[in-house]
This record gives sequence, C-alpha cells and structure tokens, in this order.
Amino acid sequence: MALVEVQGVSKVYRRDTVAVPVLENLDLTIEQGEFLALMGPSGSGKTTLLNLLAGLDTPSSGSIRVAGEEISQMKPRQLAAWRARHVGFIFQLYNLIPVLTALQNVELPLLLTPLKKKERREHAETALRIVGLEERMHHYPRQLSGGQEQRVGIARAIVTDPTLILADEPTGDLDSRSAEEILELLERLNREFHKTIVMVTHDPHAAERAGRTLHLEKGALLEARSVARPAPAGGSAQ
Amino acid sequence: MTRATLVRANLRRRLRRTILTVLGLGIALFLFVTLRTFLHTLQTVGDVGSESRLIVSNRLGIVFPLPLAYRARLAAQEGVHTVSYASWFGGIYQDPRNFFANYAVDEGYLSLYPEIVVSDEHRAAFMADRTGALVGIRLMERFGWTVGQTITLQGTIYPGEHRFTIRGVYQAGRRGFDESSLLFHHRYLDEIMRAQMGGEGFVGWYVLGVSDPDRAPQIAQAIDATYENSASPTRSQTEKAFNLAFVGMYGNIGFFLNAIGMAVVFAILMVSANTMAMSARERFGEIAVLKTLGFTDGAVLRLVVAESLVIAGLGLALGLGGALLLFNFAEFDLGGFVPGLAVTPGVALMAAAIALLIAAVSAAVPAWQSARLKVVDALRYVA
Repeated sequence: MALVEVQGVSKVYRRDTVAVPVLENLDLTIEQGEFLALMGPSGSGKTTLLNLLAGLDTPSSGSIRVAGEEISQMKPRQLAAWRARHVGFIFQLYNLIPVLTALQNVELPLLLTPLKKKERREHAETALRIVGLEERMHHYPRQLSGGQEQRVGIARAIVTDPTLILADEPTGDLDSRSAEEILELLERLNREFHKTIVMVTHDPHAAERAGRTLHLEKGALLEARSVARPAPAGGSAQ
Repeated sequence: MTRATLVRANLRRRLRRTILTVLGLGIALFLFVTLRTFLHTLQTVGDVGSESRLIVSNRLGIVFPLPLAYRARLAAQEGVHTVSYASWFGGIYQDPRNFFANYAVDEGYLSLYPEIVVSDEHRAAFMADRTGALVGIRLMERFGWTVGQTITLQGTIYPGEHRFTIRGVYQAGRRGFDESSLLFHHRYLDEIMRAQMGGEGFVGWYVLGVSDPDRAPQIAQAIDATYENSASPTRSQTEKAFNLAFVGMYGNIGFFLNAIGMAVVFAILMVSANTMAMSARERFGEIAVLKTLGFTDGAVLRLVVAESLVIAGLGLALGLGGALLLFNFAEFDLGGFVPGLAVTPGVALMAAAIALLIAAVSAAVPAWQSARLKVVDALRYVA
C-alpha cells in the first residue's frame, strides 16, 4: 500500500529576481513500511524533497499525499498539526534542546498530544528504552556522546508513533562505530516496528542498509538499487 | 514535563542574564512606585489640612512676620471662634543634616489641632514648663529621646544655643499628619526675641478656628481687606490651600517626578525588550526544531510570552513588594520629611500595568521574529 504519493512536484527557489529550479516534475511513491535512502550530490534537492515530505516547505507545483492526506495545499497551522501527528524528524546535528534532559527532550513532541503527564512520561521512557538509553534519561545533551545524542533524537522522532520517519543525514556527524549503531537502530525500527523511513545520506554504506536507494540528479530521481525484504518494501521511482 | 518546565528551563539557560533583567526591572519599578508614591503624597498633603482652620500669614511671604497686635482684631472677626499663632524657629539639632520642623506655638494651638494627640499627663507637664517641648513620636524614635530629657537646638534665625526639656510626646490622630515636629511655647520664643532683638510682639502666622467652613473664603477676604493698606498686609487661606501653596514651593515637582518615572520605565522597557529579543535570536535554531516537531506559531508565541511574563512578574514582585515593605509596613517617611508615604492601590495597579506592558513589548519582537522564521532556512542556519 502506498503511504506517500508525490506527483509532478516541482520546487523553484527565488534568489532576488533569479528563479532557481531545485526539483522538476518529480514523481515518487513510497510504500508503507519501506526504508528508503535518498542519495545525490550537494544541491541535487535531497533535503528539499525531505522538507517537502515533512510539510516543512510547500512545492511550487504538484501534489504530495501522505497517508491519503494532501499536504501540499495545507496552511502553515494545519501543516504544524499534521507534522505533530504524522512525522518524526531526525536531524544530522541531533538538535536537542540543551536545557532539557534526554527524557524531557523525548517528551517534547508529546506536549502537543492530549496525553496526560504520567502517560507522556511513560511513552518517553519506552522510546528511550527502545533506543537503549533508559540508563541515561536524566542526562543533559552535553553529558552524552554524539551517538547517544542521536539516539535521543531518534527516540524523540518515534515517541509519537508517527506515520513517517524522515532522517536528514542521521550519521553525517558521527564516527563510524556510532554511525553503525544508528543505522542498526533505524533498520530495527523498520524491521521490527514496520516504520516507514526516508533517509537522506551521502554515505553509500549507510544507503546499503535501506531497502531501496534513489539517486537525485539535477532535480530528477533515478532508481539505483532495490532489495527485497521480508517486511513490506518496494515502490517505484518514475 | 509540562510547557512550564520548558519555560523554566529557558529562563535558567542564562541564569545570570535572567537575574540581572529581573533585578533591573525590579529596581525600575521600585523607583517608579517610589516616585509616584512621593508625588501622590505631596499632592494629598492638602487633604491633611483642614477646611475649618484659616492660616493668616504675611502677604510678602511666610518668612515675614505679622504683628501680635493683629490678634485681638482677628478674634473679633465674625465667624472666628479661636485665634492661635505660631512662629518658625529653625533650630538645628547637632548637625544641619538632622533637619526637622521646630516652631513655637501659643497656648491655644493644641485646642485647634485635635489631630495632635497627647495624653493629659504630658499635656499638663508641657503647659507647666516654660522651656518645655512637645515632640512627635517619630522624632523621639529617630533620635532616641526620652521624656524629661533636655536637648539643645542651635539657632539659625535666633543665634545661640537654646535648651528645651521634652515634656510630652504626641501622635497623629489621622494618617498622613506629621509626627516629626517639635513644638514649644511661644512665650519662650518671646523671651529669646526680647533678649536678642530688644523687642517682641511678632508671630510667624495665625491659625484661626472658623465656625462654618463654608464661610471661610468670605472671612479670609474680609481679614485681608482689613489689613490691605497696613505695613504688614495679610494673606488668609484655608489650611488646605496653605499646605498646597507650601508644596508649590518645590516648583513643578510633579512634572519632574513624572518625567523621571517615565524615563526609568522607558529605559528598562528597552533593556528588557532587547534582552528578550537577544534570547530569542540565540534560540532561532531551537524554535525551528520546535516548529518541526509540530509547535504552531501560536504555541511558540505562548512560550515566549510566558517567559516575558515570568520575568516581568518577578520584577514587579521585587519592585512593588520592596516599596510596599518599605512604605506601607516599615512606614519609612524620609526621616519625617514626607509623612504618610504609602503605596496606594492605584499606584500598585499602575506598576502592574507597566510590568504587563513591558512583558508584552518584550515578547512582541521575538514573537514577530519567530513567526516570520522559515523553518527550512532556520534549520539550514543551524546546520
């Protein structure tokens, strides 16, 4: 079943009076439970596509449907509410709030849900347990290693049980060992919890962990590799 | 964890800056409340004055005396039931900085001032002693004097050292009435005048008790008309008007106090707004992250406003609380210079409104900036 349907999407940025096309008439389908890697050179539009899928930006033209909802026409306020419900975002530089503990950082997205205080705490503890950081839940980001910070970031992304997890170079700032742990974690989230993950990466080794890899070249998508998985996977790039 | 946790954590992020901002705001509001209270007290000094007492002084100014000979004619004036008089002495106790009001009064003075509350025992002791003095309770406390103690005042108008024995202590019968003066017998001043100037028969001002306060203006007019062409023309006015004229000697003090108060508030408004804007600018990346997580512009705005409100609230508690403690509980009155200083509900409300305004203006800039913040750009900036 298709979770994400991108049809004829173009994105043009304006720099003063000059129009800079970043994505051109792009089509993409992502299946429920798929782990997709997006690769491509700098400026190819990977992050722009990820931002469009996250509802952080709107396309210049075209349609983006996620779980049956058309998000390209939503107003900022609707998009914010939609993101809170459907998207878990993992940043390259973790972007944890430095004055909050790991537990509080993970609880942050739950403030936007109707959950009670105790329930929020339980959910956050569960998410931290999944990423293996239950022992460090009261540590502040400055007291954690890069790999641990990213794991907190992942716990924050999954705590609301989102429809879609979007990761922007999640291993880009980590050493190889920590990067490996993070990739294993993402793989596990996809395999065990059937989470749909879209990961932007420069690293071919990281991309290998995904079920499918797409290359963006000058705003157009090229399918590079597809691996059959036991969990639902596949989709098509046109 | 609640949103309040996030607000608290953000306030603790730069704890020193938060404390300094709160302190700055607190001091500014304290100054504002103090100036407004001072101004309000000065403006209401007239209210302490009675409409049923007329003050007759020299038209040329209060420092010029009037002849004692006027007394009989003033007493004969229709509508006047009592005539008393007093003279400014201007004595200094040990050091000119120890300023307090000291003046000579005649025997009938106390009967005209029911606000001066003295026990029968003290009143009798005071009346019986030629060099006796009646001292306000605050002045007694200020210098640690005791009844029966002899004190020496250095004369300024009447040179030399003049000794007085404290025979009684008075308290104010109503709030705002002075409790920091020293009163002594006019007959003792007459002796001093006689010894130093070879004559007597002058008084500083007359106090007349009138039977019908509504007729006070006509009585005043009639008295002034009587002495219009004399060597010492008079100015008669109700005590209330007299007090207001006395306050007027400070010049346009109200304008200056208001201007200073407003300048202080404006300065702290700028400082506070700048601090909040700086604080928000430092956190653009984090605000972008919050928005990525699904926080709306409104939710971010509420967080920024909550931070501003907490800072303004703490500043208000400090400034207004300090002023209330000082004036309303400790009853500080600038050494008796301005009796009855007390923060009124109106001034307290004004301070609260200013704190609210500061919070609103301080939050407006970062709220506007964060609302305009494009998440995609801000995230790129963070990266």
